[in-house]
Amino acid sequence: MAKRIDVSGLNAYYGSFLAIEDISMTVEPRSVTAFIGPSGCGKSTFLRTLNRMHEVTPGGRVDGKVMLDDENLYGAGIDPVAVRREVGMVFQRPNPFPTMSVYDNVAAGLRLNGKYKKSELDDIVEKSLRGANLWNEVKDRLNKPGSGLSGGQQQRLCIARAIAVEPNVLLMDEPCSALDPISTLAIEDLIGELKERFTIVIVTHNMQQAARVSDRTAFFNLAAVGRPGKLIEIDDTERIFSNPSVQATEDYISGRFG
Amino acid sequence: MRGATRPGDRIFLGLARGSGIFVLVVMAAIAAFLTYRASKAIGENEANFFTTFEWNPTGVPAEFGIAVLAFGTVVSSVIAMVIAVPVSVGIALFITHYAPRRLGGTIAYVIDLLAAVPSIVYGLWGVLVLVPQMDGLYGWLDDHLGWTGVFDWDEGPARSLFTVGVLLALMILPIITNVTREVFRQVPRMHEEAALALGATRWEVVRMSVLPFGRSGIISASMLGLGRALGETMAVAMVLSPSFDINLSLLNAGGGTFAQNIASKFNEATPIGRDALIASGLVLFVITLLVNGAARLIIARRKEYSGANA
Repeated sequence: MAKRIDVSGLNAYYGSFLAIEDISMTVEPRSVTAFIGPSGCGKSTFLRTLNRMHEVTPGGRVDGKVMLDDENLYGAGIDPVAVRREVGMVFQRPNPFPTMSVYDNVAAGLRLNGKYKKSELDDIVEKSLRGANLWNEVKDRLNKPGSGLSGGQQQRLCIARAIAVEPNVLLMDEPCSALDPISTLAIEDLIGELKERFTIVIVTHNMQQAARVSDRTAFFNLAAVGRPGKLIEIDDTERIFSNPSVQATEDYISGRFG
Repeated sequence: MRGATRPGDRIFLGLARGSGIFVLVVMAAIAAFLTYRASKAIGENEANFFTTFEWNPTGVPAEFGIAVLAFGTVVSSVIAMVIAVPVSVGIALFITHYAPRRLGGTIAYVIDLLAAVPSIVYGLWGVLVLVPQMDGLYGWLDDHLGWTGVFDWDEGPARSLFTVGVLLALMILPIITNVTREVFRQVPRMHEEAALALGATRWEVVRMSVLPFGRSGIISASMLGLGRALGETMAVAMVLSPSFDINLSLLNAGGGTFAQNIASKFNEATPIGRDALIASGLVLFVITLLVNGAARLIIARRKEYSGANA
């Protein structure tokens, strides 16, 4: 069940440092939204506020509202652990559990969530690996360690692990920046398929990638180092890359930045 | 493009290679010394060296065996490990993953201090404080687990293998804690975040990411601790009330360990007596080697799953 994300007036801090200021945006279900912007502009920080991973960093805290359909992720009594079961995440560097097999990696989230019969687990693992376009490559080595796969395969394994628990939203933090172009293409194709089922938010440094995979693009920027990052604009990807409404966006995407 | 190797490289290579060879030479020298002296004693021995419950190398005929010592050494060390390993892992996890930074630092500092306490001080504390205090626990164990035979207590002074095990546990706790703490601290952030992002609670993060990554480190740390427990001498000699028999009831005074037996007999021993003690030392040496080898096997067998190749 893909859900809509509705952020309003969100600030995130590291200790007393305001990292991102007053961000509001809406992300539609079953769409891909890309976050672009220069390093340090807070796009990854913002992404991590969407599954309450930001507060895991020592000193990290957030104020503002993140609505997932009609539930505020920062509302009173909301358990961050439960939030993360609804909002999955894929990281910059592939991080399969090194001590677990391919199978166990995919099943890891399910085993956290409850008891499954072996046959149910088998089905979900296969479905998730197929969903991540990895099944054909690993079906004969499900019991081999996940860390033995190539980088691109490991990243698709991480995607399979994330989608196995059927999250409502899938967050991707520069998922291709550690991968070669062929693996990158595989992941991009996969994102196109996954958006049929999930709401996807992806942070990327690669503007061609944002243009290729996303429906909407958000541009983040910061006035200067040490100042908070801000959302400059969010619009349809086509429009951002052809005719953005803010000059700073055009400067950035055309390379006339900094 | 040909160039002479630089003097720094040559010196470093020589030093490194020399140190490596030096360790091997020392090991070989110790083994040769022990074997040579031990073989003299064993040649005189009229009884089975491994199964005899007696230590009388000066008697006619000379009869001595290590059964009691092997039993006492292994049992007291196993008790120490059973207590110390879980507690140490718990402390290390608390310091690295639960405690606020300042509290964790304080605890780590205190544990470091514990590691610096000389074993004679542990021995004094053991015999003056721990032994009299054990009666309550002994009574409880006797009441509830006495039926197993292992915890059957005849109400004598608690100068037994069990008390020795408890004392050894305290002595090896700092070293196991320190090593596991360092390993837990090195768990890559991305492994922990992988678990967190799946909706793992703190304990689940520990179970899925921290413990598997730290597994070989925990084993190595335990082996370091076990090595110390097997060889600990003064504290054991002070606490244990030795006897040359095997008592399956661990709460009753008696028994002995290799190191304790050597320490308490060596000064008054005749030449043949010394060689007999050296023979027992050789057995301790072999046991230590076997334990370490086993630990390495356990680590190597799961190498492809270890955190090292992530």
